[in-house]
Formats: sequence, C-alpha cells, structure tokens
Amino acid sequence: MAKVHVSTSINGEPTEFLCNPHDTLLDVLRNELNMTGTKEGCGSGDCGACSVMVNDRLVCSCLVLGAEAQGKEIGTVEGIGNNDSLHIIQEKFLEHAALQCGICTPGLIVSTKALLEENPNPTEEEARYYLAGNLCRCTGYDKIIRAVMDAAESMRRGA
Amino acid sequence: MSEAKEYKYVGTRRVRPDGYDKVTGRANYGADLALPGMIWGKILRSPHAHAKINGIDTGKAEAYPGVSAVVTFQDFPEKSKGNPSAQNILANAKALYHGHAIAAVAAKTEQIAQEALGLIEVDYEVLPPVMDLDTAMAEGATLINENLKTAGLPEPATESSNIAARQELKIGDIDAGFAEADVIVEREYSTPTVHQGYIEPHACTVRYDENGQSMVWCCTQGHFDVRASTANLLGMELGKLKVVASEIGGGFGGKTIIYLEPVALMLSKKSGNPVKIVMDRDEVFKASGPGAATKSWIKIGAKNDGTFTAMQAKLVFEAGAFPGSPVGPGTMTVFAPYDVKNAKVEGYDVLVNKPKVAAYRAPGAPQAEFASEMLINELADKLGMDMIDIRLKNAARQGTQALYGPKFNEIGLVECLEQCKASDHYQSAVSEGNGRGVAAGFWFNIGGVSSAVIHMNPDGTATLLEGSPDIGGSRASMQSMAAEELGIAPERIKPIVADTEMVAHNDTTGGSRTTFATGMAVIEAAQDVVRQFKERAASTWNVTPDQVEWSDGVARNTAGEGEMTCAEICASAGRTGGQITGRGNINARGAGPSFSVHIADVAVDTDTGKVDVVRYTASQDAGRAIHPSYVEGQIQGGSVQGIGWALNEEYIYNDDGLLENPGFLDYRIPLASDLPMIDPIIVEVPNPFHPYGVRGVGEANIIPPLATVATAVGNAIGRPMPDLPCSPPRVLKAIQEG
Amino acid sequence: MAVVIFSSELQKFTGEERIELAVSTYRNLVDGILNRYPDMPAKEITEKAVSIDGMIIQDPLLDPVAPDSEVHFLDRISGG
Repeated sequence: MAKVHVSTSINGEPTEFLCNPHDTLLDVLRNELNMTGTKEGCGSGDCGACSVMVNDRLVCSCLVLGAEAQGKEIGTVEGIGNNDSLHIIQEKFLEHAALQCGICTPGLIVSTKALLEENPNPTEEEARYYLAGNLCRCTGYDKIIRAVMDAAESMRRGA
Repeated sequence: MSEAKEYKYVGTRRVRPDGYDKVTGRANYGADLALPGMIWGKILRSPHAHAKINGIDTGKAEAYPGVSAVVTFQDFPEKSKGNPSAQNILANAKALYHGHAIAAVAAKTEQIAQEALGLIEVDYEVLPPVMDLDTAMAEGATLINENLKTAGLPEPATESSNIAARQELKIGDIDAGFAEADVIVEREYSTPTVHQGYIEPHACTVRYDENGQSMVWCCTQGHFDVRASTANLLGMELGKLKVVASEIGGGFGGKTIIYLEPVALMLSKKSGNPVKIVMDRDEVFKASGPGAATKSWIKIGAKNDGTFTAMQAKLVFEAGAFPGSPVGPGTMTVFAPYDVKNAKVEGYDVLVNKPKVAAYRAPGAPQAEFASEMLINELADKLGMDMIDIRLKNAARQGTQALYGPKFNEIGLVECLEQCKASDHYQSAVSEGNGRGVAAGFWFNIGGVSSAVIHMNPDGTATLLEGSPDIGGSRASMQSMAAEELGIAPERIKPIVADTEMVAHNDTTGGSRTTFATGMAVIEAAQDVVRQFKERAASTWNVTPDQVEWSDGVARNTAGEGEMTCAEICASAGRTGGQITGRGNINARGAGPSFSVHIADVAVDTDTGKVDVVRYTASQDAGRAIHPSYVEGQIQGGSVQGIGWALNEEYIYNDDGLLENPGFLDYRIPLASDLPMIDPIIVEVPNPFHPYGVRGVGEANIIPPLATVATAVGNAIGRPMPDLPCSPPRVLKAIQEG
Repeated sequence: MAVVIFSSELQKFTGEERIELAVSTYRNLVDGILNRYPDMPAKEITEKAVSIDGMIIQDPLLDPVAPDSEVHFLDRISGG
C-alpha cells in the first residue's frame, strides 16, 4: 500500500513526512522524524507517556494516526521551553524532584501545560484528576502534584 | 562518623545534573537509539500456557520479502543449551507460559517482521496448565519439568516434582516458645502475581560485529551483568562486547535480567545488520519477570503483655516456569524486625506455568512480611494493644540476633516506630467509618563491587565516571559526595554513567546498593584525587604531602607559605607529573539494613468495595540522606507501589492459563487521582560502615504498605483481609460475610 | 578465638551449632571449617555471604577475622 504524504506543523515548524496508513502519530514522531522526546509506554492509550497536543487538544499520540496530523498543529515536549530557558513547569519539576527515572516526564510536562492553560488555578484534586491519565511508577505522584501546584501559582503571578 | 556532622553539599537538595535532559525529552532511553542500516526484530510468543514443542518450521518466514533473519533456540551455541536462562529467552522443548518466546524475526520494518511471525509454523502439543500452588503441589500434578527433583529435603528426593526446593531457618525451641505463650494466633495469607510496572518496556538496539566491536544499547539496571550474561550465553569474550546503558524508565528489579539482548545479537549476526527490538506493553506483562505470588501460614505466640515467645511461618512462593523465586530472602526477613528467641520458618520454591519471576523491590520480603505484619496487628487487637506499642515491645535493636544469623549493629527501627507514634497522623483520631493500619518492614541492603574514576580537567572541573545505571537520581548524590570530598562546587563535577568500556565492572543497580557502594567508590576516587593534589602542591612548595592541608578546594602549606586552588593545581598538572585521575575500585562491605514503618488511613465505600487511601505516612531509616528529595522520592514511590499491590494489582489468568490483563487498563497501578500526598519521615541512624553513614533506601519502603493498607481495610469493615489484593469484589465479599 | 555460629541449614552438615577457631583471615576460617567437616560440600560455605561482627560481606576472601569475631554464613542477597 502506498505511503501517505502529510503536511503538518510541529511545534510551530511546517513539517512534511510520508507514513504508512496504519502508522500512529507516535510512530511517526519517533521513527520518521527522530523526535524521541515523546515516549511509548503502552501503545494503547493507557499510560499517557506519549501525550502530545493536536490543535490544542491533549491526546495520546499512540491513538492518533500519523495521517490525521494533516493540516493540524502538533505540540510535543520538544516545543516546550527553548534553548535559552526552560518553561516554568519544567523548572518546577526539577526544583521539586518530581521525576526519578524520567520516562513519564515528557508526557507529564505536556499534560501539565494543557491543564494550566485550561485551568490556571486548579485545586489539588482537579490537578490529580486531570493528570490521572499520566502514569508514573517511580514517584507516587506527591512531588509531581507539588510541582504542578507551584508552577500554577508562579504562572498566575506572571513568572 | 556517627556524630551529627555539618556537610557542605551532602544533604542539600540540588537540581539533578541530568535533569535538563529529562524535562526536555532529550534524554535517550532504551528505545531511542537508531543506527544506520538498522532493521527491526519481533518475537513470536507461545499462545499456550504449557505445551510440548514438537517442531518449529521457519521456512516461510525466512522467505518472506524484507525478512533478513530468523532465530530459534537452536541458534544458541551448544554449550548454552543446558542453561535455563537460554531456555527462558527462547523456548526449547516446551512452551512453559503464555508469552514464552519461541522464535524471532528481523526484517526491514516492524510491520514486515510482525507479518513474518505469522508465517512461522509451530507444532504444539498442548498440556494441562499448572496455574496455582495447590495444583502444582498436589499428588499426581502435571509436571512442568519432568527432571526436576526437590532440593533441600531431609532425604534426597526420588520422585520428580514441581516443588523445586525447600529450605528452613530456625533458632531456639519453637515448641517451648509456644508452650510459654499466653495467647497464640495463626492465619493463612496469600498474595497474587504482580508486575514491577515500569512505564518503559524492555528495549535494545544492538550491532554484532565479527571483529569484536559488538555493541548493545539497552535499558537495564546493570549493563555489566548484561555483558556478562549475554557474552556467556553467546560464547563471547567480555572484551568483545560493549554494553551501553541507556537512561532507564524504571526497573525495580525487573530489568536485572536479560530477555532481548542475546536474541537481537543472534539476529544481527545472521543478518549482518544492527537490530532493534522493543517489547510491546503486553509482552512486558506476559514475558518479562513478575513478582512472585505466594501463600503463607503464620503462627505467633505471645505473653499477655505482648512479648513474642514464638514465631513460626511456612512460606510457599511461585517461581514461575523455572526455579528461583525469592523465597530465601522471604524466610530471612519474615520476622526480622523482631527480637524473638524461638522461631522456625520453612520456605518452598514451586514451579507454575507463569513467566519466571524476577526481583521486585526487596524481593521476597513484601510477600513474607505482609503475612507476619498482618498477624501481629491481629495479635495486637486481641491483646488490646496499640499497633505501634506491640512492635516497640519486641523491636530489634542494636545487639539483637537476627533470625538469619548476625547481631544487628546500629539500626533505626525503634526511631521509626517512635517518630510514627509521635506523628500528627498517628496522633489524630481515625475518622468515623475509616480504618487505620500500621506495619513495619526490614530489608538487608547490599554492598558489592563498584568502580569509579574521576578525571580532573585542566581548568579544575571534573569528569566522574561511574557504572551504576541511574534509576532514581543517583547521579545527583554521586555529584554531591564527590564535591564534598574534593571541596569544589558540585556544578564543576560532571557525573556520567559510563559504559562497560569506560570503567571497570560495577554490580547491578539494585539491592539498594548504589548510594552506599558506588558512593563509597566515588568517595575513594575523590580521596585519591585529593591525595594527588597534596602531592603536587607539596612538590611545588618543596614540602612533604603530609604537610599539605586540603579543605574547601584549596591546598595550604602548613609548613610555611602557599595556597593553591584546585584549578591552579589542575592547570599545572601536566608540568608536575601528568594529568590527575583518581580511582576507586572497591567491594563495599558493611551495608546497613533499613527499617521502614508506615501508617495508613483508608475509607471504604461499602456499596462498591472501593478503597480510598485518605492519609499515608511513611518513615524509613536512611542512615544519612545524601539528597533528601530523592530519599523522600524512594520512600514515596515504594509506598505507592505497595499500595497498588495491596489494593488492585494482580495477574488474572483464565482456565487455559492465558493472561487476561496484560495492559495498564486492567492491571491497575495507582493513578494520581487515587492517592493523597505521601508524607515521608526520614530517620537517620548512620550506618557505621559508610563514610557518611549511608544506608540504602530504595527497597524497604515497599514492604510495610501491604499490611498497612490491608489492616486498615480490615479495620474499616471489621473483617480480616488476608488475601491480596483488597480489590472491590474481595472487599464486598468480606463485607457480605461479616 | 573466632566464634562461628551455624544456621539450622548448615547444622545438617556440621551437627553442631557453634565452634571456635584460631584464625585471623577469612580464607583460613574457611579452610578450618572444611577440614573439620569433610563431608560438607564446600559450596555450602564458599558460595555464601558472611557476616563478621555484623558487617556483611557478599563474596569474601582476604577479609580479616579478629580474635573475638563472631561469624555467620548467610545466603547472598541480590535485591531489586
């Protein structure tokens, strides 16, 4: 079967690629585009390690086809922060030691940014439920939630 | 060493040196490496739990367009075929569990490899599956290994059995101990098969090279052991196989074993291409190494004042398809937190048609201590005693002889118990309808071989090479300890987890050994550097090295004038004898055991059986917290794995022995929305055998949660909960039986 | 004299719980034990970890044994 030609935008950069019809966006990001920041933990939408933004919607990229990226805006962890400085969410994760092995961290950074854009002042419970789709096995979530709440406060103050 | 000491860098909460890469997605994990010319490997797995393999025909797969190589067990070197490790990596005469690897294909794309798997013809003769301990141990049971005879029996076994081994530990006189008891309690307990649940599947990218430049990139807790095991199986010299540890996305013991690397190398050898193999999530559950399911029987006798007079246990562990469950450490730890003169523990290692179990965080101890801690709580209730007080009454202290032999040196169990008792959590009343539980845990921690090298750069910065894959932030601690010894800012030291060609052998990251043993190697390497600094400064001032004092990164001439900074000495190192490299290759002795005590309050929904953990406190003796944030992280992470083990996690098999829940949806690990904050209490009773007093902290924290939570649930509903997990159906059933 | 205390498993081979040996190194201690119990398979001792005065050593060889040391053999632990 012929490959599909896709024109999309990733982290604000116009991007083109060829993919098989059945390839997921996760496969394309990692194997076609060498953007390995987005991780595969399960391939079935249960762990959130592959979280990306598609047109401002938080999704599991393993549940989106590569071909569906056509004409859309894709946001990955590589687009958060830049060469000069980290995003405040990334800084707070480091400050609070909200990661141990770090495999879930890219997905959590993307999800946290989506959370705080949607709800700049979440309660702890709201944060926990919003992020319930991001599994972490190392931290027990305590320091992650502290980092998220602290980042939220900093962002409200305009940091 | 044992006195409280002010450190400059040890004990601070610095940002970890590898943090930037981790929060930006730049860090490279097991599946993140691609090599030129790389092809993809996929593994064919048994659809049966137990079957003879009468033949494997790979012809059609080999002929499929795009396929470069196919391997089976027959591709192992002859001398490796008797090795159970080889038989687990690729099945030989029998498929022994659902998911057991049968053959592997390497092809141009993953898709082609997957399609080619479907062309491999396997002649299975399906056998009855043996899926639980009762079935495995019954008279006339179907045998999983017809040649296996039980080891460790009083008389050598004559008949084959699924019971691989029996062992026993005893001290004192158990009958006399029970005779002097005022009260005796006993009960049976069970725990299910569980998985370590690391989010990153096993993955490797390898390149076989005829000229001795073979390379394996993999996520592992121990790349030197990967090298040793892989080289052994494939008949290679260690020096011809380089293993690079990628960043690792969780291990918890499950990544101390090899599954993919020899297969990938055999495919690479046959095809002439680099090969990448990544496990799917269901393969991880089906075919890596879960934590052992168990059945236990515990009996405790005590005086009316709570003093234990006798403790007895029978522990039966599922080993999976090959012998080797952690029943041994289970027997050694089951009563370890307590001072008791009369004890007897029997342990059994039993085969079942499930994947061969691997280590899972303090292997054997959570299962064994779950049972004993539950019964102690039941005993406390019977005696009208507080759960912490009964433990204080019997707590092991310095000088107590452990059941497994030695007397304890300084230990922190009593401190953990007292700090829990004084905690706001314990002092506050249990809310109406909720239940509270307490439990203790013990783990040995280990030392062993670590090797570290510090190269000083001409500008006074340092490169620190050590060989312990960093599973939880250990590089930050290595940096702090090196900085403390060298007296220079941690930011001027770059810690690197080096590959097998860059440092000498390091034992696997596990057993709570890294901060202790690799830390000791790093300290020794740094002290070697300081020794050389003194020599260079001394030669510059024409004095002897013992006349040079080193502190805060500066050498001072105590016999006259002169100061030289680290940077100055390094800048002139070439002229004073050559560049400065410090080395610490050690075998660390004197690992200090860690005790942990937890408190949980739970609320139970009596309509649905759902349990909510509403408050959780976890204390643990860390000896000395080199980096308090990461010590807290270990305490919190282990607590939550234990909460999952207590409440939801279990492998669910159908009647054909097939695993029904090999995914995160139905193998339910705790989510952020399930939990409260986990309040850590770091106790510091320094380990006398480490320069900074370090005790490993990685493991002991997973032990108490099982009984802490199950006791709390039982107290909430007024019924004992001896069988894990306390999932909603089981909780409802217990309520209905009440 | 160093005191060696045998676990109940090892007592199956030694027939006794504790012995005293005049040795100053671990290697001599092992030789002394294996000489005393010629029917005990050597690996029962040599493939074990040892505790010397509470300090646990995974794979000892040259370690010193003090005149009043207390020695126990225990299974090697690997951990997870």
